Amino acid sequence: MSEQNQNAEYAAVSPERRRFLSVATATAAGLTIAPGVMLYEVAHGRPEEQAASSAVRWGMMVDATKCATGCDDCVTACNTENGLTPVAESAHPKQAPQWIRKLQLQDPLTQMETNLPMMCQHCAEPPCVDVCPTGASFKRADGLVLVNRHTCIGCRYCMMACPYKARSLVHESLNDTQKPDVPRGIGCVESCTFCVQKIDRGDGTTACVEACTASGHNALVFGDMNDPESEISKKLRELPTKQVRADLNLNLGVRYHGI
Amino acid sequence: MASITFREVEGSSPKFWMLFGALGLFVLFGALAWNTMHHYGHVVTGMDNQIVWGLPHVFAVFLIVAASGALNVASIASVFNKPMYKPLAPLSAILALALMLGGLLVLVLDLGRSDRLIVAMTHFNFKSMFTWNVFLYSGFFGLVGVYLWTMLDRSVKTYSKAAGTAAFIWRLTLTTGTGSLFGFLIARELYGTAMLAPMFIIMSFAYGLAIYLMVLAAAYAWTGRTLGDAVMMRLKSLLVVFVAAVLYFVVVQHLTNLYFAKYHAVEAFILRDGGIFTTLFWVGHIALGCVAPLVILLSRLGKQRTWIMIACGLVIVGGLAQMYVTIIGAQAFPLDMFPGMNETSSFFDGEVHSYVPSVPEIFLGLGGVAIALLVTTFAVKVLRLLPVSLDDETVAKLEH
Repeated sequence: MSEQNQNAEYAAVSPERRRFLSVATATAAGLTIAPGVMLYEVAHGRPEEQAASSAVRWGMMVDATKCATGCDDCVTACNTENGLTPVAESAHPKQAPQWIRKLQLQDPLTQMETNLPMMCQHCAEPPCVDVCPTGASFKRADGLVLVNRHTCIGCRYCMMACPYKARSLVHESLNDTQKPDVPRGIGCVESCTFCVQKIDRGDGTTACVEACTASGHNALVFGDMNDPESEISKKLRELPTKQVRADLNLNLGVRYHGI
Repeated sequence: MASITFREVEGSSPKFWMLFGALGLFVLFGALAWNTMHHYGHVVTGMDNQIVWGLPHVFAVFLIVAASGALNVASIASVFNKPMYKPLAPLSAILALALMLGGLLVLVLDLGRSDRLIVAMTHFNFKSMFTWNVFLYSGFFGLVGVYLWTMLDRSVKTYSKAAGTAAFIWRLTLTTGTGSLFGFLIARELYGTAMLAPMFIIMSFAYGLAIYLMVLAAAYAWTGRTLGDAVMMRLKSLLVVFVAAVLYFVVVQHLTNLYFAKYHAVEAFILRDGGIFTTLFWVGHIALGCVAPLVILLSRLGKQRTWIMIACGLVIVGGLAQMYVTIIGAQAFPLDMFPGMNETSSFFDGEVHSYVPSVPEIFLGLGGVAIALLVTTFAVKVLRLLPVSLDDETVAKLEH
């Protein structure tokens, strides 16, 4: 009888146990697989056939108070990632392209010095795009301001129009430092792309930001300014920032703290 | 109204062929200059990432502006019904076309990718003033071409006024477009003003007329035809008005800027501290290009043909100086990204940028001038553009 009771009890509790076991297994499996799936998605970025989305706006925050004097790790990283010859090694420094540069500011009255990186500000209302005769200068849906290497005729009107001196003309034939995913060419205008090749790969950051973080300065934060939970959005909520030449009302993708 | 006989110039003398050959040589040099720039890239020029538009743009914009101005003589004849100007109109139209061709060639051959001209003809961004200019320049060739046709072909003569009016309106729009290439730029302090459009129009009147007068006088002197004082004096008086108007616009522009504290630094650069740009502004543009011609033309000297030619030459020199200051001077002054702060960087921020034009740039620019003159020289040989005589008696008859 007692054995029968035990069997009955077992039979009574078994569905619950089974449910528990299946939920536990699913949860464990989920916990094991989900990060892998997430990583897979991140690692592959946006599929090629899918257009960039305006739901995202890539942006950068520069904390000038953390940008160190004499450090140009961001510039070096940019050159390496994008295959640019460092200006110091160029035979023609005034004609050498520079996508990002360290700018030193000094207040003539107080002598206070500020360091900051200057590059394409990825304006929401980019003057370079407005003036480009062929439409080679364009703004992608996710806020990146880029140059179509195939339709740029090298008229340099965009360089005349940019208030940040962010663009360079490739004045001479390029050497073999070129990178396969960063097309460049003589006679065309180019500028910082926010490492579009990295973004499209799903890295979610740029070479300069990685270098700044690696050096321990942490002066640069990159991310989606449209996502309220992104690190950059949180930082921008937390710290007062300014746009360079805010009077032009271009709505910049780069925001500076401490200027 | 008396009739005027137009005839081709004979163009068989050694002098003619020497002129033709000399101009051809400069066209060849221009072609070689372009080839060098195209082969090696802009590294062989004095231009860099600071001064992005250099001497070729000075020549190109000057020629394009002068082209629309050269058409004025024809416009006065047909749009404003001044019979005295009628015999002068065909040369005015051909000179306008030739100068436009020279200017455009320099402009497109200075592109970083001049081999991609077809891209500029097939991809358009209608928010760009450059795109509008592509249409304005092409339309100019079309309209002035038709206008010239109505002047040369009796069977379509009745359309001359309509064609002339269309060309006149188009040329005003065109120079508005050229001035707005700079006027629509927010980045540079000397640009970004609606002043530039009307200022370029009045400059085109002066530069185009000065070139027209010199070409007219040379054509008549070298072919032994008579060019009476009546024509010269009338055109001279017109030039006085145009040069004075240029001076007025320049003064107003700088006075306005001087009133605004934010422009003090850039004005100090152009007017006082800019070295070569300051010299070119005061000596080239103001003294030689405006004041000296006015003094010559308004004084007794203005009655002598040689002095009128000198005055025209000075207006042209002043015009080139003005373009140099407007185009290169504005870029030489550093961008003010952080007002009130001193800026330094590896990209020459905060520094006044220097520019020395290289030999290819000079020859590319001169090549544009040469091609304009070569086309004109060839045109007067093959087309009936010049009246056999423009003596005072013939001209006087036209007015009655």
